[in-house]
Amino acid sequence: MIGLFLRDLALAIRAGGGFGLSLAFFLVFTALVPLGIGPDTGRLSDIAAGILWLGALLACLLSLDRIFQLDWEDGTLDLLATSPLPLEGLAATKALAHWVTTGLPLVALAPVLGLVLNLPGAAFPWLVGSLLVGTPALSAIGTFGAALTVGIKRGGLLLSLLVLPLYVPTLILGALSATRGAQGLDAATPLMLTAGITLGSIALLPFAAAAALRVNLR
Amino acid sequence: MPILATLTARERVSEQPLFPPLAKPATACAMMLEVTNLSCARGAAQVLAGVSFTVGAGEALILRGPNGAGKTTLLRTLAGLTPPLSGAITLGDGAIAYAGHADGLKSQLTARENLAFWAGIFGMSDLEAAITAFDLTPLVDRRAGDLSAGQKRRLSLARLLVTGRPIWCLDEPTVSLDTENTARFAAAVAAHLETGGAAIIATHIDLGLPQAHTFDIAPFMAKGAAPDDPFAGADPFAEPIA
Repeated sequence: MIGLFLRDLALAIRAGGGFGLSLAFFLVFTALVPLGIGPDTGRLSDIAAGILWLGALLACLLSLDRIFQLDWEDGTLDLLATSPLPLEGLAATKALAHWVTTGLPLVALAPVLGLVLNLPGAAFPWLVGSLLVGTPALSAIGTFGAALTVGIKRGGLLLSLLVLPLYVPTLILGALSATRGAQGLDAATPLMLTAGITLGSIALLPFAAAAALRVNLR
Repeated sequence: MPILATLTARERVSEQPLFPPLAKPATACAMMLEVTNLSCARGAAQVLAGVSFTVGAGEALILRGPNGAGKTTLLRTLAGLTPPLSGAITLGDGAIAYAGHADGLKSQLTARENLAFWAGIFGMSDLEAAITAFDLTPLVDRRAGDLSAGQKRRLSLARLLVTGRPIWCLDEPTVSLDTENTARFAAAVAAHLETGGAAIIATHIDLGLPQAHTFDIAPFMAKGAAPDDPFAGADPFAEPIA
């Protein structure tokens, strides 16, 4: 599993790995928001936390179809399925590698983009904290969606339709935590609920993803 | 050690080996793989019925049959990728090393990194035997994406040697290999059989293996919907399988 994790990191960082795609999308998306809604700093700072959460979620969504599709196309997934590595471990490792190469860089970039959107100072720790706690759920849910749609040619649309509804609770609670933090209110409860979703996703979804992979590899 | 195994959904989720063992005493003979009355399906269509054969240690089974006969389906069923419709597959835990049509190589990684990855997955560390067996020494530091089709195939076949598994299930392994490298591949298979391994190879090339038996699957072909497929006939847009 460590070998697979390190290979996925190496593949993401090397040429053609798509490591920068999500980050670039997040950057462009956030930079365009003030152009779309006007330069009123008060209005921007009201919606900054929600916009950053939405941008991170969409950036994450953009990278999901790479999780299993590339391995399926070149036959690696068949070979991995016949290896000593359990499919549950494969799904968990893939989700972890996706989070390290996508979720974690988004968390690191978010405070910088918070400055662009005039995010209130008190909200920065809550924004980073809620993203840090919530993005693993995005990766785990996304890995499950990718496992369901592996093998479907241009399955990106189906993947988005499947995964977006599952992302809604994480988005609501994560963004609520950051928004309440920005308003100086108690944001601990939504943050803990976000953590609950993340822990539940990490605990259960690798098994669901492995079952979906088994069906799709037949 | 040959162990009787049957597949159920529950066992496949809980057990890491794709063919979890049921109690059956080990027999003394060197039989490595026994297939009894096996029926296989590809999607909703049953393609093979009543297949039975045994492969012993040091033996190679050459699968023959026309295109579409079900050679790939049979190999995928043996490898545990596709559950059988009925019948029993008897083999040891984690015995099968599968190699399909696709090479399973990552083009951004070098040849050595590709091999090292698979060796790590299978808990092996010695790459040199695999590299020399397929004459990959001049290529090990080149990216797999820069290799020719035949070189990729050699690298893909070298992966079998780092799995350390006794039964090789190979689907058209000599595609895009030249004569010299086909001979090199045959020598690698022969060496594997010498050490007590076994191989099941779908190929139409004569590899010149003295231990090889030919098994023609054409008499076992069965076309039509799988009998217990709950979705058979449920798709109004499905086209009949010719």
